[in-house]
Amino acid sequence: MMLKIENLHAGIDGKEILKGINLEVNAGEVHAIMGPNGSGKSTMSNVLVGHPSYQVTEGSVTFKGKNLLDMPAEDRSHEGLFMSFQYPVEIPGVSMTNFMRTAINEKRKYQGLQPMSPTDFLKLIKEKRDLVKLDAKFMNRSVNEGFSGGEKKRNEIFQMAMLEPSLSILDETDSGLDIDALRIVADGVNRLKSPETSVIVITHYQRLLDYIKPDIVHVLYHGRIIKTAGPELALELEERGYDWVIKEFEDSQK
Amino acid sequence: MKPAQNYIELFKENRALVDRGSAGVMNSLRDAALASLEQYGLPHSGLEEYLHTEVAKWFEPDWGMNLARLDMPVDFAQAFKCSVPNLSTQLYFLANDTFASSDTAAKNSLPDGAFAGSLKEAAHNRPELVEKFYGKLADMDKPGIAAINTLFAQDGFLLYVPDGVVLEKPLQLITLLSSKVDLMVNRRILVVLGRSAQAKLLLCDHALAANQYLTTQVIEVFAGENSSFELYDLEETHYANKRTSELYVSQEADSNVEIDYVTLHNGQTRNTVFSTFAGRGSNLSLNGIATIDKEQHVDNMTFVDHRVSDCTSNELFKYVLDDSASGAFAGKVLVRHGAQHTESQQTNRNICLTRQARMFTQPQLEIYADDVKCSHGATVGQLDDKAMFYMRQRGIPEAEARMMLMQAFVGEVIGRLSLEPLRDRLNRLVEKRFRGELTQCEGCRACR
Repeated sequence: MMLKIENLHAGIDGKEILKGINLEVNAGEVHAIMGPNGSGKSTMSNVLVGHPSYQVTEGSVTFKGKNLLDMPAEDRSHEGLFMSFQYPVEIPGVSMTNFMRTAINEKRKYQGLQPMSPTDFLKLIKEKRDLVKLDAKFMNRSVNEGFSGGEKKRNEIFQMAMLEPSLSILDETDSGLDIDALRIVADGVNRLKSPETSVIVITHYQRLLDYIKPDIVHVLYHGRIIKTAGPELALELEERGYDWVIKEFEDSQK
Repeated sequence: MKPAQNYIELFKENRALVDRGSAGVMNSLRDAALASLEQYGLPHSGLEEYLHTEVAKWFEPDWGMNLARLDMPVDFAQAFKCSVPNLSTQLYFLANDTFASSDTAAKNSLPDGAFAGSLKEAAHNRPELVEKFYGKLADMDKPGIAAINTLFAQDGFLLYVPDGVVLEKPLQLITLLSSKVDLMVNRRILVVLGRSAQAKLLLCDHALAANQYLTTQVIEVFAGENSSFELYDLEETHYANKRTSELYVSQEADSNVEIDYVTLHNGQTRNTVFSTFAGRGSNLSLNGIATIDKEQHVDNMTFVDHRVSDCTSNELFKYVLDDSASGAFAGKVLVRHGAQHTESQQTNRNICLTRQARMFTQPQLEIYADDVKCSHGATVGQLDDKAMFYMRQRGIPEAEARMMLMQAFVGEVIGRLSLEPLRDRLNRLVEKRFRGELTQCEGCRACR
């Protein structure tokens, strides 16, 4: 089992947003989490990666057999959890190279390994850049500074490739992407897929799921997963909207 | 007025001693200095320019001065046992406020006509040169420390670069505070660049022993037409140190001047800059960094006077304040009537790492010309939470992420320094500083 979420309640500033999430993700699976605005999608991803502004009030999350909620954000990363940010942050003055080298070597330190040799590091950068067609010039620039929307998202997938996570959460990765950039990003994600890694795709629209095929689709609504089905659900949602799922759920609660 | 009175009396009682340890040109300004000190006293916090730094209080203890010019041997070797590769410079020393002739200084070679060395000696040997410039910029007709410095200064450093002479190698003047007792030091530096002359001067201010020191420093810089001058003033002293410095710059037409203040480690510091464009087509780059913690205090005040048209001034000061440190920045840019096509930018950005750290900032722009491009801005904030979390998500631990963000923050200023080897060294020093590995003055191990 890659990830097991049980009865997760969480919120921000004392306001409960997640009201009992249950979710199981196995190695090799791609899950899509869809839902209308304000359903708690971003809260869920932020809670999983340990954003300090969110508080967990109840429930448990087990990641590869370990209690995820006990770990600081950086250790969750070292254990193999990655999130592609909806709004990647610009960090003026910190070069991509320095940022990546620090991230890689901190992970290696956590694993009890020596820092990566400069030659190996440069080789790795080259290989992973090619995967998302990110030009070498970006490596000397400050993290995300002056990157276009598409470049920022490609940079997210580049970092994912560098860190080789076992579970990646793609938080609204399709927002603000044109179709070419979307293809490059999705292609990158697909090439990183393996039987040992899992992906959670959080998205508002079906569009991205044309390129990253989910095995299982969930609908999140008012902080709870109200429907789970196969990939055909995404298509149906695209066609019919969310109202019928919500109605179905509300009827079942009566 | 009380502290000033003590020094006035001290001077009157010891005038002969002061004069004997100095030279005629320097002695000739003491009457004017005395009159100024009697009129204005020492700068106290009742003055707007000194609101956040009560300089007068620093003078209250009965400071000893080395008026008799007793030999206070400084062990230069001890200051240089470091193995950090040499920043290739022509090296000079001031032991407290006395120019120290050393083997190293003797080995320096400057082009014909250029001079770097003791101000006192130069005032003896070439009075006509020193007389022309000494005390001509330092303004004693206002509250400040120019008066008390001029009253007691007996020696210092002169850099003279005649017309057309280019000093390729940077000069490095290391000022070592070293004494067996607490000491007040009156340091005087005079820089004269002729037409099309070029020079770079790195000042390294260090305290070797853990005594208390009070330094008054007055620097006068004459930048001739089409000249180019870089001044790096790096302070790395200790918590018990107090320093007040006034820098006066006058730029003739088409000259380029860069001034960089770096306060890496200190006790209490007040730096004041008065810079004037006297000729058209000149540029000034004025930058500063302060990395302070505990109870440290840094106050930089800059005054840039656009007296003529077609000049550019660019100013960037950044502070990182930890613990209960306090900082102040006041920057005034005056664009006078007729100073058209002035371009001026002034920025002050600060990060307070704790709730106890305090920063006071006051950018000011006064414009009396209508065809100018001027802007100014100031911010006081914390490290960017979003960036911090982004870095942690990528596996960079919080402490390391903070470090990287702080370094990136001051890195913008370091990037403006023209002297590349100094940039590299400063990046390393700042990192050490933020890691808490620079908890006391390392002497010149730091900048060498």
